[in-house]
Amino acid sequence: MDTTTTSPNDQLFAYPEDRRCPWQPSPGYQDLGERGPLHRVRLWDGHTIWMVTGHPQARRLLSDPRMSADRAREDFPVILPRFEADIFKPLALIGFDPPEHEAQRRLVAPAFTLKRVRALRPEVEELAGRLADDMLRKGPPADLVRDYALPIPSTVISRLLGVPYEEHEFFETESAGLLQAKSPAEAEAAGQALWDYLDRLLAAKQRDPGGEGLLNRLAEEANREDGLARDDLLRIALTLLLGGHDTTSQMIALGTVTLLEHPDQLAALRADPDILPAVVEELLRMVSVTDLSGVRVATEDIEIDGVVIRAGEGVLVSSSMVNRDAGVFPRPYEFDAHRTARGEAASDRQHLTFGFGIHQCVGQNLARMELEVAFRVLFERIPGLRLSVPLDELPARRGSTMQGVHALPVEW
Amino acid sequence: MWVRADRDRCVSGGRCMAATSEVFDQDDDGLVVLLTPTPAPDQEELVRRAAHNCPARAITIREDPAPA
Repeated sequence: MDTTTTSPNDQLFAYPEDRRCPWQPSPGYQDLGERGPLHRVRLWDGHTIWMVTGHPQARRLLSDPRMSADRAREDFPVILPRFEADIFKPLALIGFDPPEHEAQRRLVAPAFTLKRVRALRPEVEELAGRLADDMLRKGPPADLVRDYALPIPSTVISRLLGVPYEEHEFFETESAGLLQAKSPAEAEAAGQALWDYLDRLLAAKQRDPGGEGLLNRLAEEANREDGLARDDLLRIALTLLLGGHDTTSQMIALGTVTLLEHPDQLAALRADPDILPAVVEELLRMVSVTDLSGVRVATEDIEIDGVVIRAGEGVLVSSSMVNRDAGVFPRPYEFDAHRTARGEAASDRQHLTFGFGIHQCVGQNLARMELEVAFRVLFERIPGLRLSVPLDELPARRGSTMQGVHALPVEW
Repeated sequence: MWVRADRDRCVSGGRCMAATSEVFDQDDDGLVVLLTPTPAPDQEELVRRAAHNCPARAITIREDPAPA
């Protein structure tokens, strides 16, 4: 791989860097963002890669067909050691280029349309209400991750996929193990356990077709002679299971922290509940829970803003920083509950937390709905909610691009 | 304003329908359905936003007025 740089490799910023505040990018990212839109940074394996912190540049690169998302490519950047595991190499949907990507996406998209999501809403409201009532009945303190933030998306994705929710502890534990693994071997073990589990479920549904749930749809496809390969279908199920609960649960947790730490903004929301969708957009922008809008590799030389990204060079788009491009979001580090509502007429105020281009999150409408329901129900039923430990004592995830807390101790 | 929606490019993000369901719909497969190629004046800003936010660049607009 070509690692030519203008400065010696070991002087480059080492990506990633842990946050010091749950809703703000690390000081190192902020320094880079002030210097311009594109930067050379160093990864754990010594390779250098472009880090994009500019919003227009991110949109252009993420929608450029010369940028490949194919994780099986030799030159595809490995952001963290765990991504060396074979289980991550051909990651369905997000790790494929056209035409495979389109075939996979079209198979799952019907389950995530706005109409389907809207139809699911009453059920999610009931679920959130039940979880909040359980917390109230047991009394404080509670772990908001375990008792609320995780079970909501976990139940919803189980139902959408047709995975028995009774087995949620298994897939939650293994998913966390996969997404937070420190080594390829650890990731492989957790990934294999999930793979075997989904394999058994898919086989059962292939033998007994019909019924609701995306796994049934995948089973039908597996039974078709001209359908997608069975391994690819399992990869799709794995991607949806992982993507369906970890990011959303941590977004509920960190979004709650952000609201609690901005009492004036929470008060604005209480005073005018109609701004909730706009508040959710602002929280998605601020928290940028995945911290990556996308990782790609250039398949040709691409000139952007006078810089040439050479064929074979990797690019990572930092969602937390592109969401703080001052040219697009005035006072970018400020949490402003009214920001999106005010920007209604301006068409260019979209955060890139869900990515951009053909790989933009297929579950984004579902995630938005779950977040709206989760925040509304939580603050309605438990108006006196507060953190039970100081902010800097929250058990935060370290050494990862996926932001999160292992637990969120709360009381009321 | 004239609008076009390319179903071959569409990746079913649903952002256009979220911007305005008076101009854009999603079919059961999640693909965009254009409800009118000539949106009413009060829809034009929402349509521009839908086009800007479409991740697959499947929506194109022409700003010249439609012939009477």
